[in-house]
Amino acid sequence: MNSLMLSIEALKKIDREIAKYPTDKKQSAVMSALAIAQDEKGWLATETMDFIADYLEMPAIAVYEVATFYNMYNLKPIGKYKLTVCTNLPCALSGSNQTVDYLKKKLGIGFNETTVDGLFTLKEGECMGACGDAPVLLVNNKRMCSFMTEDQIDKLLEELKK
Amino acid sequence: MINIEIDGKQVAVAQGSTVMDAAKQVGIYIPHFCYHKKLSIAANCRMCLVEVEKAPKPLPACATPVSEGMKVSTHSQQAVTAQKGVMEFLLINHPLDCPICDQGGECQLQDLAVGYGSSGSRYQEAKRAVTNKNLGPLISTDMTRCIHCTRCVRFGQEIAGIMELGMAGRGEHSEILTFVGKTVDSELSGNVIDLCPVGALVSKPFRYSARTWELSRRKSISPHCGLGSNLVVQVKNNRVMRVLPRENEAVNECWLSDKDRFSYEGLNSGDRLTIPMIRKSGEWQTCGWQEALAFTAEGIKNVINKYGAQSIGALGSAHSTLEELYLLQKLMRRLGSHNIDHRVRQSNFRADVISQGVPWLGIQIAEVSQLKSILIIGSTLRKDHPLLAQRIRQAVKQGAQLSVINPIGDDLFTKLAYQTIVAPSAMLNAVLQVLKAVAEIKNIPISEQIASAVKQINISESARGMANSLIEHSPSAVFLGNIAQHHPHYADLFSAIQAISEITGAKFGVLGEAANSVGAYSVGVVPWDVRAESANKTESRKSGLNAGQMLGLGVSEEESACSAYILLNLEPELDSYDTRRASQVINRAEFVVSLNSYKGNIPDYADVILPVSPFTETSGTFVNTEGRIQSFQGVVSPLGETRPAWKVLRVLGNLLQLEGFDYDSSEQIRAEIISDKEEFVQNLNNSLDVLSIKDFDQKGSEVERIGEIPIYQADPIVRRAISLQKTHDAAPPMAFASSALLNKAGILAGETVRINQQNEEIQLAISVDDNLPDDCIRLACAHPQISRLGTMFGEIKLEKL
Repeated sequence: MNSLMLSIEALKKIDREIAKYPTDKKQSAVMSALAIAQDEKGWLATETMDFIADYLEMPAIAVYEVATFYNMYNLKPIGKYKLTVCTNLPCALSGSNQTVDYLKKKLGIGFNETTVDGLFTLKEGECMGACGDAPVLLVNNKRMCSFMTEDQIDKLLEELKK
Repeated sequence: MINIEIDGKQVAVAQGSTVMDAAKQVGIYIPHFCYHKKLSIAANCRMCLVEVEKAPKPLPACATPVSEGMKVSTHSQQAVTAQKGVMEFLLINHPLDCPICDQGGECQLQDLAVGYGSSGSRYQEAKRAVTNKNLGPLISTDMTRCIHCTRCVRFGQEIAGIMELGMAGRGEHSEILTFVGKTVDSELSGNVIDLCPVGALVSKPFRYSARTWELSRRKSISPHCGLGSNLVVQVKNNRVMRVLPRENEAVNECWLSDKDRFSYEGLNSGDRLTIPMIRKSGEWQTCGWQEALAFTAEGIKNVINKYGAQSIGALGSAHSTLEELYLLQKLMRRLGSHNIDHRVRQSNFRADVISQGVPWLGIQIAEVSQLKSILIIGSTLRKDHPLLAQRIRQAVKQGAQLSVINPIGDDLFTKLAYQTIVAPSAMLNAVLQVLKAVAEIKNIPISEQIASAVKQINISESARGMANSLIEHSPSAVFLGNIAQHHPHYADLFSAIQAISEITGAKFGVLGEAANSVGAYSVGVVPWDVRAESANKTESRKSGLNAGQMLGLGVSEEESACSAYILLNLEPELDSYDTRRASQVINRAEFVVSLNSYKGNIPDYADVILPVSPFTETSGTFVNTEGRIQSFQGVVSPLGETRPAWKVLRVLGNLLQLEGFDYDSSEQIRAEIISDKEEFVQNLNNSLDVLSIKDFDQKGSEVERIGEIPIYQADPIVRRAISLQKTHDAAPPMAFASSALLNKAGILAGETVRINQQNEEIQLAISVDDNLPDDCIRLACAHPQISRLGTMFGEIKLEKL
């Protein structure tokens, strides 16, 4: 297995996560390890998941189960910014469907598609636990944007395009 | 004990039991899919919902622990509504096309839908479709039918020890699959076909060839590994269509290895012999039985007249039945020859004159699960004994410590306490280290005869660990695997483990190589008459030639050990320790009689070919490695002119005017062999009279061969099972060596190299396996492409092309 699959820094971060669990329960760190790998690589290729399985001494298919279960993990290359819009009930009642429609129109892409310039990818998300701020969307899994009306979307896109 | 009430019936169950267990105890059936008694509880199908008094909603019986005074109803209004609801949900995405599904007629979902579902569907929307996966040559998929019970996933994790299948995705997007593009390669993989409650995973070889209700079910016993798995053989139009496990908790539980399950394809192979053949003035011709047997008797008589009875040798495969093997040795002994053996892959027979009885497992198979410390010496355990490996895996899960002394470092899919991987020639030293360590720890002197062997030995850390483990964790056991049994130091290894056992109190034994290894030994398919042993044991045991001698070990190249051979179910060019020598001596013999089910290369060296029945076409008995006597009936009638070997040997005995060959049935022969079961089993004894270790300071050669028998090359039937031959385990042979050895020779991994052994050479690709000792080449035997090379162990040369 290629130890250069991830940078030394990333491996250090993964080791820190592993240290949080008993030594024979390394695989508990799988979610963090996948997140760290994705931060570095942008997405999770088969080889990356294989590497993590090896690193955590767990079956590759078990890593794959986790990676496919959560939609924050990208199993395909994506644009520079991934916009995940919540479409669950509270957001939908507060207008997330319009948010989605506006985004689709503005970016000219549908869900799970990437703009031609490789800047944006649009994803459908599940409840992000901030229903009071509905409708919400998430930029690259990390930045939460609240009350996403059309103005707010324009502002956000302008900012990201810079 | 906890008292609960199920459907008005009182039942007392152990603490920690579930409602499902309790219901089973009183014979109440609760419908279920994901629950399986041998697997962990998942509670994800929700089919087993029952009403529990005072619980606000229905509870899953499989995951609800019992508590005192609990009142459960499985048929109340609430329970029935729940079950009906679950069934409706399960059928939403499941295709309702049972008539075209291979599982139809033996489908749990179909059965339970009839019992617990509605008569029609209210679902109008589109159903989801899931792409099929390629899981390899044994398992066929129809993934749209999957109901996500995850039995197959849990089987891999918990029983097979390797998670090859998993459930990817979430909710409606869940799918059972392997990691991107991999196949399922476990040697136990076929069990997921039985476990799958729907038609998602079905048998690829059997698919669409018959309907379950057209098949008649007949009991049988597996002819392959020493376990003696119990089988249900399913037959249609006098043809074996498939093989399923017959549950026997003491032997195979509810599992079967892929070898036992799929080898039946070999029974219908095009290579089957159907008519006797004789070689007359160099030309093969088919003939009737009478002529063939007369020709055989004549040939044998000629050889006896010319060279004496001592010039005849007989070799019987331990995959043959007890009755056949018994008659073969009776025939030989009545002819006046003790040259008979079944241990064709053994190379060291020094223990013959000192063994006290028939080597066997040393404990009951079921007891293996209870062991707390296990030491295995020389074994490709998972491949040679798939289900025994599974039991050991369960024992380790229950806290047992497993240690291994082996020339190979294959993953056993379980936790190892200690592991010593050394070249074959260093294995004895590794075992002696353990012996010295146990003696030191227990402060018991090693018996005098072998004390000198351990004098110069330094104890390694892992040897001390193994010693401690055997002493501190009881019950413990030491087993010799197939590699140890074929090993040129077999008798020394045996003496050493007996000494270890005497000091530690650990049980010891051998893992039986073939279905009838214990049986063959018990009925006297060894060079001395087990059943009429004279007072002078050493002399009487030297009376005949052993398999090694008969197959050319220790005999000069020019001579043949015997002038005539009788071979029973054996292909000596594959089934022997030194395949090169074996071919030579058999080719050189004047008269060779081969009783076999398959043609193979037999016409090249035989003079008479007598087509005999495989295990499905004759009644017979196998004695498994724990000494369990298991008889079976033929399940189909013999193919063409094929006859059961016991009948052939009986007539041959008559034609040779020998006494005592008048049997009407195999049962009669069996009665003669086993008059008293107790007495028969008493002959099982691993102990040696005197311990002796001879070659303890022998040096190995520069590069040694590690020759194991590949799982799907082990006997004539499995060699011809087409689907098994397409699996990963049956891939074309390859050599393996550590990267250190390859670097030294300047060879790149994957390169084709020249491999030379005893002046024969072959060319094949070599690959890296860094779990091997540095000075070894792992190169499987029993393969047509490799059988030109010689012994399974010993010197081998590697050259760059």
